[in-house]
Amino acid sequence: MMPAAEQRPEYEVLGLTSAEYESICEKLGREPNGVELAMFSLLWSEHCAYKHSRKLLGRLPTEGERVVMGPGENAGAVDIGNGHAVAFKVESHNHPSAVEPFQGAATGVGGILRDVFALGARPIAVLDSLRFGELDSIRSRHLLDGAVRGIGHYGNSIGVPTVGGEIYFEAPYEHNCLVNAMCVGLAKQAEMVRAAAAGVGNAVVLMGASTGRDGIGGASVLASAELGEGDDEKRPTVQIGDPFEESKLMECCLELLQRGLLVSLQDLGAAGLTSSAGEMASAGGVGIDIDVARVPLREADMEPFEIMISESQERMLGVVEPARVPEVLAVCERWQTGAAEIGAVTDGGHVRVLRGEEVVGDVPVEALVDGCPLYDLDPAEPEGWLYGNADVLAERVMTATGGVGDPADPSAILLALLASPSVASKRWAFEQYDSIVGSRTARERVGDGAAPTVSDCSDAAVLAIPEADNAIAVSIDGNGRRVACDPHAGAVEAVLECAQNLACAGAEPLGLTNCLNFGNPEKPAPAWQLDQAVTGLAEACAALGVPVVGGNVSLYNEGPDGPIYPTPVVGMVGELPDPARIAGSGFAREGDAVALLGPFSPSLAGSELAKLRGELSPGLPKPDIGAVAAACAAVRDAVRSGRLSSAHDVSDGGLGCALAESAIGGRLGCRIDLSPLVDRGLSAEQALFGEGTGGFVLSGDRAALESLATEDVEILVLGEAGGEAIEIAAGEAQVSATLKQAERAWRSLPERFELGS
Amino acid sequence: MLWGVLQFPGSCDERDALHACGLTGEARLVWHEDRDLGGVDAIVIPGGFSYGDYLRAGAIARFSPAMESVAELAAGGGPVLGICNGFQVLCEAGLLPGALLLNDDLRFVCRQVELIAGGDPSSPPADRAAARSPFLAGIEAGERLSIPVKHGEGRYWAPPAILDEIEANGQIAFRYAAGQNPNGSARDIAGVLNKAGNVLGLMPHPEHAVDALTGSTDGLRLFEGAERSPA
Repeated sequence: MMPAAEQRPEYEVLGLTSAEYESICEKLGREPNGVELAMFSLLWSEHCAYKHSRKLLGRLPTEGERVVMGPGENAGAVDIGNGHAVAFKVESHNHPSAVEPFQGAATGVGGILRDVFALGARPIAVLDSLRFGELDSIRSRHLLDGAVRGIGHYGNSIGVPTVGGEIYFEAPYEHNCLVNAMCVGLAKQAEMVRAAAAGVGNAVVLMGASTGRDGIGGASVLASAELGEGDDEKRPTVQIGDPFEESKLMECCLELLQRGLLVSLQDLGAAGLTSSAGEMASAGGVGIDIDVARVPLREADMEPFEIMISESQERMLGVVEPARVPEVLAVCERWQTGAAEIGAVTDGGHVRVLRGEEVVGDVPVEALVDGCPLYDLDPAEPEGWLYGNADVLAERVMTATGGVGDPADPSAILLALLASPSVASKRWAFEQYDSIVGSRTARERVGDGAAPTVSDCSDAAVLAIPEADNAIAVSIDGNGRRVACDPHAGAVEAVLECAQNLACAGAEPLGLTNCLNFGNPEKPAPAWQLDQAVTGLAEACAALGVPVVGGNVSLYNEGPDGPIYPTPVVGMVGELPDPARIAGSGFAREGDAVALLGPFSPSLAGSELAKLRGELSPGLPKPDIGAVAAACAAVRDAVRSGRLSSAHDVSDGGLGCALAESAIGGRLGCRIDLSPLVDRGLSAEQALFGEGTGGFVLSGDRAALESLATEDVEILVLGEAGGEAIEIAAGEAQVSATLKQAERAWRSLPERFELGS
Repeated sequence: MLWGVLQFPGSCDERDALHACGLTGEARLVWHEDRDLGGVDAIVIPGGFSYGDYLRAGAIARFSPAMESVAELAAGGGPVLGICNGFQVLCEAGLLPGALLLNDDLRFVCRQVELIAGGDPSSPPADRAAARSPFLAGIEAGERLSIPVKHGEGRYWAPPAILDEIEANGQIAFRYAAGQNPNGSARDIAGVLNKAGNVLGLMPHPEHAVDALTGSTDGLRLFEGAERSPA
């Protein structure tokens, strides 16, 4: 427990400052009662009010020709043709997952699904972005196991495929793991609804699960404060998920919207009824009365304030014309989904909380939803490297080579990098997810063999959209370590990485969602990181012409050892004409030429190798956004025209790891000479393992590859695919590994998980 | 042929099954509360988590009104295909022998696997269930099919005496290929038939193997077989 909590004023225990409390009193013209104070404490929390980030978010470009819904709705949506739209959003569930990973991750998935079907879009894919401490920590393995099981439990049970994602292991996430979930949905534009209450006199209907005491204060106590000692006691603030309840609720809501029975729909997430009712009223410029006596409860003796802020899962709030209420209730009954008319839309501009006839709370919507003061940050660039450094290369080389490797030998380094948990194949986790339900997930074939269920080295997930006679590609990315080195350049790289992943699938970006996971914004260094990263995101999005259609901010991600790596997670959706023409990431034909395309200038700064050597420090090269965009366009066109055998972007572990991944993925070796890079003054190590944006490893017919070169796009043929070994020469250095050795290292995550090393 | 695809609250793969059936014939959804199957010729009980499956997979679904009619259809020789959760429901309903337990590693698994059709390639007598099954018509005993699995409770189990009996009757529709048993199923059994061969339950998802783009087309052969077989 917090020391001496009983001596602190109630508003402070609930997370409000004295200035904020005074502002509430001023807006009400009196002191709030207990119900009202509880409501304000939630809606004025960082999690709901974005009070430290909203000013920065105005920098992000949000408009574009294909945008159907932008920020402010439950999720963003873009036009994909033939009257259809793709809705998507990424959201965090970090602190609940750090306290209870299974339910935290499960309800993270449940929450983002509701955001998407609230628009009238059927969820067709989930992606996850996870961050944990190093795998040798028992806590990290516990959190990883719980989060993976939780995501699977929810997504598998509700019949929405988990098609992709990424997992990084870095010490700064040891206490404060990150669990970000992204959902993509498909809607007929004519059936979509906004989350604005309208029509004075219309009924407010609460659908889904009954309301209990779970998740009381989740948004304020848990999500808007740093983690620390005694967090186990916050477990009751974590919600419990029930995917069966959500499955029925989802089918029910989609049927209601398809039949045009709802005026509007909103999910109940953080801050429960308070937030849903307040935001719907605010968006519609109306008021709402809620009668807590009519809310179906799990426990009979719940207080009005508990009912108003409960974060019980699997609930939706709909606005319904009075004459259609019976029809709505009948549909809910058919789906065995709870439903109760709990209030009405009013013209008072107030959210009133009633218990029967008695008014137990009455606050102006404007004060509740938009009245929270917005703060300017007080950013200051930190001096030097804020985080730890540990030289573990020799140890990792020993593990990856079975004790025979020399940490100075580039072949041994390659194996150590491939076995590094952040680089290694995540098949162990992805196989625990249903990635195929819905019959949209395009899968690559390897040689003549069967398709791997999860193509674990592919860059973006591709989903067929026969409704619009095309397909979408989806990618999620955000390397926090690189953002820690340089928040501006790192955030630019996160956007470019997604764009490159989409290019490998032949897709053109349509829109972007982001989740900004940062430390305490009231401290100068995290504030600076946030400020720089948002600017970087804005610049990259503007340069690529990709609008930001929605997102989420998660601040106060700190543990006893300090803040997490600043981690803007970017989710991008693109469109491609023909899913049958996607190139795989693995080499496909013996004798194909292998080439490097794009403005790739590798550096060891912020690289996986620098991490393993304990040599991380501030600073990254400045990415050339325009040149990367030109490279993406060239790759996209080449993939679409079917001219490539494979396409894979260069990312973690540099060119050496990208080549090895293409070799492992295609079960075909390669003979490569990096002298064109070494001749430019790069060291062998920079050429082999340096990282940076803009590089693609392509394979195919040599003439076809060479024809991709233009004034803006450089392509270097580096060798050819074939054989059973990965042979890479870089000046004096020579990397040599059999496919078997490389694959064993790259697929070592399960044994490392079990052994804890 | 008119296929009916059962839909319970909590079903996940009913639209996928509907699509697969629609590739070979006509198909419609059948609501779990409807005792009248609407004149369908064959039934698919799809994958998913019927009624949440919190008690035991398939334990509640077997009592649904629609299942009573499915039992009648099965008794009359109509083709009944239970996939994943549908297999669990058919076992719970006593239409197929055995039970499905938690995977031996206690984790959900989603993976493409190779199946061997008709149990053992060693010349099955023509009167065996596998030889009579409409779903296996056109699939030679011993043929390999590539079809995905995705389940957390897919470990086939039955007492040894029952296993001996169903093997002797030719009721093993599919086994996992050597080294590919994803869940610890007894004797690598992936799918079983009733004695007559018209009821098939299997953990792998043939409805997710009907298009090369999404993985393979081998599953389509089960639907085509039923379509071609005389009712």
